[in-house]
Amino acid sequence: MSAILSTLPGKLTSLFAFTESPHLNGGQKLASKYFTVAMALFVAQLLFGLLAAIQFIWPNFLFGWLDFSVNRMVHTNAMVVWLLYGFIGSVYWFLEEESGTEIVGLKLGVIAFHVLTIAVTVVVLVYLLIQTGPGKDASIWFINEGREYIEAPRWADIGIVLVMLTFFYNVAATFMKGRWSGVSGVLTLDLVALAGLYCAGMFYLTNITADQYWWWWVIHLWVEATWEVLVACIMAWSLMHLLGARRKIVQTWLYIEVALMFGSGILGLGHHYFWIGTPDYWFSIGGFFSALEPIPLVAMVVHSVYDAGVHKFKATNHPAMAWIIAHTFGNFIGAGVWGFMQTLPQINLYTHGTQWSASHGHIAFFGAYATINIAFFYLAIQKWRGNVWMGGELPDNGWKWKWSIALLNFGVLGMTVALLIAGYEQAFIERAMQGSTWNAYFAAQDHPWFREAMVWRTLFGLVTIGGLGLLIWDLTTIGKAEPRPALVLAPRD
Amino acid sequence: MSQQPPNWASEARWKKIAIWVTAGSFVLLIFLTFDTLSKTSVGGERVRAYSVINQEIDYRFDAQKNRYMPVIGKEAPLFGKVVTEAEAEQLVTLGKKTVQSKNCMNCHTLLGNGAYYAPDLTKAWLDPNWIDAANRESLMLTFLKDPVGNARANGSGRRMPNLGITDEEAHGIIAFLKWMSAIDTNGFPNNFTTINAKEQP
Repeated sequence: MSAILSTLPGKLTSLFAFTESPHLNGGQKLASKYFTVAMALFVAQLLFGLLAAIQFIWPNFLFGWLDFSVNRMVHTNAMVVWLLYGFIGSVYWFLEEESGTEIVGLKLGVIAFHVLTIAVTVVVLVYLLIQTGPGKDASIWFINEGREYIEAPRWADIGIVLVMLTFFYNVAATFMKGRWSGVSGVLTLDLVALAGLYCAGMFYLTNITADQYWWWWVIHLWVEATWEVLVACIMAWSLMHLLGARRKIVQTWLYIEVALMFGSGILGLGHHYFWIGTPDYWFSIGGFFSALEPIPLVAMVVHSVYDAGVHKFKATNHPAMAWIIAHTFGNFIGAGVWGFMQTLPQINLYTHGTQWSASHGHIAFFGAYATINIAFFYLAIQKWRGNVWMGGELPDNGWKWKWSIALLNFGVLGMTVALLIAGYEQAFIERAMQGSTWNAYFAAQDHPWFREAMVWRTLFGLVTIGGLGLLIWDLTTIGKAEPRPALVLAPRD
Repeated sequence: MSQQPPNWASEARWKKIAIWVTAGSFVLLIFLTFDTLSKTSVGGERVRAYSVINQEIDYRFDAQKNRYMPVIGKEAPLFGKVVTEAEAEQLVTLGKKTVQSKNCMNCHTLLGNGAYYAPDLTKAWLDPNWIDAANRESLMLTFLKDPVGNARANGSGRRMPNLGITDEEAHGIIAFLKWMSAIDTNGFPNNFTTINAKEQP
C-alpha cells in the first residue's frame, strides 16, 4: 500500500506530462495542467447538459439510472469547477510576469493542483455512483450537500478552501517578493473575498430562510461580484499583452470596474431576497442596486471598444482577441440585459423559479466567464508552442477557430432564446394565469410552446457541442509547425 | 495621449473611490444581515416556530397588504399527534436533511430556488393536488415512499424516481413541507389556490 502511495505523485505527474513545454515558466507549466483539466470538465459540462436536455423531451431516458437531478448537478458543478480551474490557471499564467519574480511556493501549488483534481474526481464518481444517501449528517459530509451549485460534500468543501488558501498564499507571497501593481493589488484582495465567501456555504441550518440567505452569499457574491472582478483582472492583463494597451489606462478602468461592480453587486444581492422569507425592504434595496448592475458591464464594452479602436485592432493573437470581444458583449448581454430583464420584483414574482432563470444562466455564464477562459486558452497555446504567430493569415484561413467561435456563440444564443420562450410561457400560463399550483405547473410544461422550446434547446445544445469539438481540435493543432514568430507589441508605461 | 489625464479620470482617484464604495457597501450589507437574521429567526412572524405543524396552515390574499399571506388557524396536529417545539424541530430537521441528502433541489425548487424539472415545493403542503385535507397526509406518505408506484398522472410523462425514502424520513419531509408552507414569502407564489380554498373558497 505504502509503495503504491509513494509512486502516486510520480504517476499523476506523468499523467499530465503531455502538457509540458520548454517555452514556459514555472507558473505557466502549472497553468497548462489547470487548463487541460478545465477543458475535460467543459466537455463533461456539455455532455451532462445534453443528457438533462434530452430528459425534458423523453423523461424515460436513463430513468432510475442517471436521473435528471444527477445529470443537472454534474452539468452545473462541472461548469463551476472548470471556470475556477480556468481562472486559477490564468492567474498562475501571468503571476511571474506580473510580479517580476519566480513563484514562491510552486511545488506547493503543484501538490494543491493534484489534490484538487483527485478530490473533484472522487466527488463526481460519488455523484454518479452513489447519488443520494439517508437523511443524516453523514450524507451531507460524504455524499451530497443537496444545495444547488455547491452540492460538493463537506469534506470536499474543506479541501477546496485549503487549496484556495494555497493558491492565495502563492499569489500574495509572490507579489510581496516581487513587485505590486494595480492589477495584482485588486486581484489579491479579490481572492481573500472569494475564499472567505465560500465559508458562508459550509454549515447546516434547518431554518431554510437563513440557509438560503447564506447560500446566496456564496452564489451571488461569487458570480455577480468577486468572479466579475477576477475576470476584470485577467482581462486587464490580457489587454496589455494582446493590444499593448497602456497600463495606466487599463488600471484606471479596473478601479472604475471595481467601484461600479462592488457598488452595485454587493447590495444587488438583495434581488435574491425577495421571496425566501426575508423582510420586504429587500424589494427596494435589491431592485435598486441590481438595476445598476449592468452599468459596469456597459463600461467594460466602452473600455474594450475604446482600447481596440485606439490600437486599430492590431493584436498579437486574433482568436484570443475575438473571444475577448465575445466576452465583453456576452457579459453585457448575458449578465447585464438578461439579468436586468427579470431583476425587478414586479416581474420577478412571475419569473422566479422558471426557465427565465435557466435562460439567463446559460448566456450569462457563457458570456461572462466561458469566453474569457477560452480567450486565455488561446493566449496560452500561443506561448506553449513557442510564442508563434497567431495573427491574421493563419493556415487554412484559421477556419477552425472562426467556425468554433461562431458555433459556440450561435449554439448558446439559440439555447438562451429557446429557454426564454419556455420561460415566457411558464410565467404567463403557470404563474400569472393559473396561480402556480402543481396542476398549473404541469399545464405549462405540457403546452406545445414549452415542448417545442425544449426541442430547440436540445438542437442548439448539439450545435454548441459541435463548436466545442471544433475548439478542442483547433487548440490541439493551431500554431503547430508555424515558422513565423508572434507579433511583438511592447506595452507602453 | 501623453498629457496627464484630468483629475476626475486619474488612477489614484478611482482607486480611492473603489476602496470606499466597496467598504461602504460591505458595511451596509453586514448591518442588513444582522437585521434580516433577527427578523427571520425561527419563532418570529416571518419564519414560524417548528411547532406550527400542530396547527392548520393556509395561504390567502390579504386585502390590506395587497398580497398573499400565510394564515395560521386552529389546532390541526400533523399525523394526529400534538408535538412539543423540541419534537417538532427534530422532525423538521430530519425532513430538511433528507431533502438535502436526496438532492431534491436538482429537480424541484424550494422557495423558488433550485431546478425546474419538477414543481415548486414552497407551498407543496397546501397544493390542491392532494385532493382534500383529510387524505393529504396518507397520500403524501405513500407517494414519497414509492413515487414510481404512486405516480400522479400528468401529461409531461415525468416521474419522480424511487429515492429509498424510509417511513421515518417521509414523516420528516412532510413536517418540513408543512412548516415551510407557513413562511411569509412576501406573496410568492401569487394567486395560489390552496387545498383549503378549494374546499372553503
